[in-house]
Amino acid sequence: MPKAIFVKGNEAIAMGAIEAGCRFYFGYPITPQNEIPEYMARHLPDEGGTFIQAESEIASINMLLGAGATGARAMTSSSSPGISLKQEGISYMCGSQIPGVIVNMSRSGPGLGGISPSQGDYFQSTRGGGHGDYRTIVLAPHSVQENYDLTMKAFDLADKYRNPVLILGDAILGQMKEPLKKRNYRKKEFPRDWILTGAKGREKRLLKSLYLSEGELTDHNWLLFKKYRAMKREIMYETEFMEGAKLIVVAFGSVARILKSAVQMARDQGMKIGLFRPITLFPFPYAALEKISQTVKNFMALELNTGQMVEDLKLAVGHKMNHVDFYGRPPGSIPSPDELFYEIKKVYNKRIK
Amino acid sequence: MKQIFDKPEALIDIPFHFCPGCHHGIIHRLVAECIDKYGLREETIGVSSVGCSVFLYDYFNVDVVEAPHGRAPAVATGVKRARPDNFVFTYQGDGDLAAIGTAEIIHAANRGEHITVIFVNNTVFGMTGGQMAPTTMEGQETTTTPFGRNMDMNGFPIKMTELLAELPGSCFTARVAVDNIKNLMKAKKILNRAFEVQINGEGFSFVEFLSACPTNWKMSPKQALVRIEEEMIPYFPLGIVKGG
Repeated sequence: MPKAIFVKGNEAIAMGAIEAGCRFYFGYPITPQNEIPEYMARHLPDEGGTFIQAESEIASINMLLGAGATGARAMTSSSSPGISLKQEGISYMCGSQIPGVIVNMSRSGPGLGGISPSQGDYFQSTRGGGHGDYRTIVLAPHSVQENYDLTMKAFDLADKYRNPVLILGDAILGQMKEPLKKRNYRKKEFPRDWILTGAKGREKRLLKSLYLSEGELTDHNWLLFKKYRAMKREIMYETEFMEGAKLIVVAFGSVARILKSAVQMARDQGMKIGLFRPITLFPFPYAALEKISQTVKNFMALELNTGQMVEDLKLAVGHKMNHVDFYGRPPGSIPSPDELFYEIKKVYNKRIK
Repeated sequence: MKQIFDKPEALIDIPFHFCPGCHHGIIHRLVAECIDKYGLREETIGVSSVGCSVFLYDYFNVDVVEAPHGRAPAVATGVKRARPDNFVFTYQGDGDLAAIGTAEIIHAANRGEHITVIFVNNTVFGMTGGQMAPTTMEGQETTTTPFGRNMDMNGFPIKMTELLAELPGSCFTARVAVDNIKNLMKAKKILNRAFEVQINGEGFSFVEFLSACPTNWKMSPKQALVRIEEEMIPYFPLGIVKGG
């Protein structure tokens, strides 16, 4: 077993990226994700890579687009207001089918908001975020180890689908320190018959999102749609305490992490509560939840916002005679396990007894 | 019969969509001739922009990636850093480069990115139907300056070539025109030099072309040439500003 090292969540992201072969990083400072560019600036040169501190988040995402167009593994990271600025580029990357990894160590909004943790970017992340009918794969880690592991996976998924992949964390996941076990990345091969290298001995290649001829854009959008549909095979989620559960509590990211302690407390007191944690937020594990709803009728979403993922939960199980409750908390403070225990106990008592 | 004139290899043999009297076709050809001259067709990655020049990829027989409006210098930065041995150029209009893309061009130039930027200045937003550009001249009527550009209201026509020359990171900046044979020959020479700056690894090169837009100027192609000579060149002087 490799020895564990003690690192910050943001550093784990940067380490995972470099291990996965990311050699180009473009970014712009914003709290609470600065350890990512700082780590890249220090370590990428040793790997023969390139770090650029761009003039803006807009420039960074477009540098990512350019590097991605050549087939290079590249990443940018930011936090909520900066991710808003990147949406133009993300939309173009989806339209032009250019891979890249984008990390959102989200903070709170709207506007300048604050630097406290929030899950207010769930809609932006899972519904495309920019203009046009597109999606990005969204991975939601809940630990420093997962920051590392899922970042490596993000590069594979981006290349596999020729699509940007988003990692959605928050200030907690970026700033907290935990033991991390590094592991070697196993290189996978993906088709490279589209990358721009100069038209040497082959037809010229073009990466674009503009389609003006009759029917062309319709076909292009259907092609993208089929790709987004195919992404369902990448769905990941975690369940705990499902045995005999009468209430399933659903949360992602840092909230799921806190909720795990609360569910343990509930089980210790004999309450039959199970936990469901989506790891891919897009594609969302609708089918898995639907299957659970064949035996369990009570669900509850807990989020660090005023209600976003709960809509997906309702799409999955909010039919028939199921109950979907919600506990939301706008940014500003982090709930303790005790507080979440209190909330799930309230719902458990209302629905089960 | 001996053929003495042909399309450059770097251009695909199809008709341009540009309006009569537009200079994009000439500028496309000059760029393509340079690509041929230095044997770069198989080494080139072009970055197209948004505006009339977006269809560059239909005409150039090279790899191309399309950039969002104004972002071509940032995209080109990513391309060139990832593939330093390729020849990388952007081709942008005045709305794209001097309005929405001001930050990207200034910082790409100042980082000294080893890219070549072709900037086409026709003092108007062409594709969207003739609105004011940052380069629109004093008094010039456009659809959004129907009473003429008023400096008190709209500021001044921006001189990108001089502005970029001021940056310590830029290596070569120049302004040319293709309104007559003499200017065209000079333009070709200067464009060659801009290409060599990148080929020799010297740094960032930038060539501004004064270009006609008879459609949006509401002029005949011939009147448009007179306007370039009499109105534009006195305000936007031709020649190498930096890095001869």
